[in-house]
Amino acid sequence: MKVRIRFTKQGKVRWTSHRDVARIWERALRRAGVPVAYTEGFSPRPRLSFGLALPTGYESDAEYLDVDLLDPIGPLVDEDRPSEQTGPDRRIGLDELPGRFSACLPGGFAATAVVPVEPGAGSLQEIVTSCSWEITLAGLDASRVAGAADAALAATTLPLVRTRKGRETLDDLRPGVLALCVAPPTQEGRPVLLADLATQPRALRPSELLAACFADVEEPLDITHRVRRTHQWIDCDGARREPIPVPATSRPLPSGVRA
Amino acid sequence: MTLWPQLEPLLAKVQKPARYIGCEDGSIVPVHGRDKTSWLLVYPDTYEIGLPNQGLQILYEVLNERPDAVAERAYAPWTDLEGELRRHRLPLFSVDGHRAAAEFDLLAFNLSAELVYTNLLNCVDLAGVPVRSEDRRPEHPLVCAGGHATFNPEPLADYVDLFVLGEGEEVVSEITAVVGEWKRAGRTEGSREHVLRRLAGVPGVYVPSMYDVAYEGAELRSVVPRYPDVPATIVKRTVGDLSEWPYPKQQLVPLTEVVHDRLSVEVFRGCTRGCRFCQAGMITRPVRERPAEQVRTMVRDGLLRTGYDEVSLTSLSTADFSGIERVVAETVGDTSLCGPTSVSLPSLRVDAFTVGIAAQVAKARRSGLTFAPEAGSWRMRQVINKLITEEDLYGAVESAFSEGWSRVKLYFLTGLPTETDDDTLGIAELARQCVAVGRRHTSRASVTVSLGGFVPKPHTPFQWFGQNSVAELRRKIMLVRDATVKARGVQLKWHDPAASLVEGLCSRGDRRVGRVIERVWRAGGTFQEWSEHFDLRLWEDAMTAEGLSLDWYVLRHRHQDEVLPWEHLSAGLHKDFLWQDWQDALAEHGVEDCRWTPCYDCGVCTGYGLEHVVASPSPPAGGSQGTGQDLSRGHEIPVRLTARTVRPEVPSDVAVGVS
Repeated sequence: MKVRIRFTKQGKVRWTSHRDVARIWERALRRAGVPVAYTEGFSPRPRLSFGLALPTGYESDAEYLDVDLLDPIGPLVDEDRPSEQTGPDRRIGLDELPGRFSACLPGGFAATAVVPVEPGAGSLQEIVTSCSWEITLAGLDASRVAGAADAALAATTLPLVRTRKGRETLDDLRPGVLALCVAPPTQEGRPVLLADLATQPRALRPSELLAACFADVEEPLDITHRVRRTHQWIDCDGARREPIPVPATSRPLPSGVRA
Repeated sequence: MTLWPQLEPLLAKVQKPARYIGCEDGSIVPVHGRDKTSWLLVYPDTYEIGLPNQGLQILYEVLNERPDAVAERAYAPWTDLEGELRRHRLPLFSVDGHRAAAEFDLLAFNLSAELVYTNLLNCVDLAGVPVRSEDRRPEHPLVCAGGHATFNPEPLADYVDLFVLGEGEEVVSEITAVVGEWKRAGRTEGSREHVLRRLAGVPGVYVPSMYDVAYEGAELRSVVPRYPDVPATIVKRTVGDLSEWPYPKQQLVPLTEVVHDRLSVEVFRGCTRGCRFCQAGMITRPVRERPAEQVRTMVRDGLLRTGYDEVSLTSLSTADFSGIERVVAETVGDTSLCGPTSVSLPSLRVDAFTVGIAAQVAKARRSGLTFAPEAGSWRMRQVINKLITEEDLYGAVESAFSEGWSRVKLYFLTGLPTETDDDTLGIAELARQCVAVGRRHTSRASVTVSLGGFVPKPHTPFQWFGQNSVAELRRKIMLVRDATVKARGVQLKWHDPAASLVEGLCSRGDRRVGRVIERVWRAGGTFQEWSEHFDLRLWEDAMTAEGLSLDWYVLRHRHQDEVLPWEHLSAGLHKDFLWQDWQDALAEHGVEDCRWTPCYDCGVCTGYGLEHVVASPSPPAGGSQGTGQDLSRGHEIPVRLTARTVRPEVPSDVAVGVS
């Protein structure tokens, strides 16, 4: 059976890459004693499929991963040594999996929910249509940030030269900016931007939004203090829902700023 | 005090930032205190190369288990981060607590190879510590180093306060105690000299500043202690019983990709195969096996704890391990490990082993197969004491191709003592014959020949041999290239002979070479073991500036009564034994493994009151000496055995006799 896992990535481990996270999960699943289906062929790999890659250095409250388990709710686990040994005695329920996974993941990663995936359901990459981001900036004052956000929302186009497969193209980012507003600053007084950015047809990254909004800053990298993905969304007939909802952990977008 | 808040913004600007975050499973952020001697264990190469180092991980655990010590780790930052650190005036830092290097009591370097010497200087400088020992003051950490390269520490003698010879498990505790007293006494003015003199009395510890070096013209005349309480000869440390040291117990699991991303379990130390070019085999004697039961426990517990799907059984010649068959069979057959698990053997001598194991591991997947015949002719292999016959090799290759491999890799050295062009061309002939054997089984059969220039090493019978010049090594490589360029299925790769020249300089250099290393470092020559950074001109210029000659240090043959720069350091081997073995080599006379034949009195066992610890009184069946792999080439993984989970219907009744 296939399950979908929601997990978080916070703190120092945000510097691991998407590939690193895949390997971390492969090991965590083995440590958790949860048997995973393997690909066939000369060099079998566990069947994991990840959603949209999170850029290295970003944090997230809402990462997702689909895993093919061998047995329908199949893990058989010895009651006495839940995370170390399998045995014939007992099956584990889905509700136990988040805790079990979190215990086997490096600090900074935590599994927050696991649900079964209906057969035939689309992949994460196909179904997710937008993401919410919390972007903390450095070296810019609040009024400048607010001005840039207003200007971006008011603009009819937001051009940026992007490189794709070695070729430069001039893209208009504006259609991908679904919402943009300024949130209360951090304790250190750093300005915070909240943005909803489309992932279809091509994912718009926070770094690209910043490059377009602050075109006059020499190194936009230097102003990006911290970026956190707070949600991934599936657009469904005008309403949006998360692949797996969990109790809110971050500030919601203030109303009235939908673009 | 953590530097993390200052470091983190820099990580957005560098390649592979996960190298600098720590956070590995098994890592420790220890609590420092005045009553704890603090060690920063530094691997002077990148994180990817350094993290898997087992020696460093063992000491990390041993020290952190002690109530009077703490240990953290650091690795050489890549050039991009180094630039950012210097620009922002930030120092070398530990990856565990992100603590400044200079806050530790000891900076302890692991020196596995010679080309990292300039990186050591760079790390010391980046720590904010004077690079020369004589300029350091009581507030600076003690700079120490261990590892195979320190069996000739002289080139770094002016830069490292103390060296440790041999295995570190026990001696780090003794150093901890001495340094702890120094720390509690407040590291007062003038106390540095005092603590170093006390450390010089710890067995296995070499404090170069306690010795006077005299030259006679160009030649070294003597290295003698300056004080009566300082030993004239420093003898390496050796752990008698490996079963008392089941480390690492919590092997570090990196969050990002490293060179050996798998569980490692050391199955024995030492090797008595007696390959004359192999420094590791000479300096790690005698053979000490870990009990097979302990190996099995370490493998199983390690796999369950880490989630790895692969374990490497490490040693200088793993197929010689008495319990190898059962360990492999039980590991690949363990269904509780939650998925397919493979075993890799870093040094391949699989004659007896594989025949036995192939029967047990009925369905085995194998990938990557490397043999190390080392030389192209039987004559040459007798000289280097690598006693495998052509028939052994063809038999092994035949088995491999018949078992479904389509490509094998062969390791060779060129520039060996007494080597003629016939010997060199024998390499091409062996490769062609191996392809011919393979073509009987598959039309895709190919052989990759990896050719390295031989660098004579201290404490080996070849320590007197004059290394081939860069031009001569190039000529020999071209001989092999010309002889294989049109050969179907033979690919040739070779190491840069210019890098071998510098390795030779640092391997057998004396104290005067230190100033050359310093000049190369000051000229920006770091990461010299990385081909994109290696620059021979920096070394040639530095030699000229110091008035030294590469010919004299590297290319000339040394004579019997010459004082060698490492003569006051002992790996337990008698100089007479090494000289006799050198003469035997020149006479093309091989010697057998002393584990199973009478003792040649090399000096190690008698000197330490030890014996070879082996579980089996007889050698593995198969007879030939085999192809234990040269560690200096970096632990390639020649064979893997895995329980096959797919296509279980494939019969596998053919035993693999790969040597």
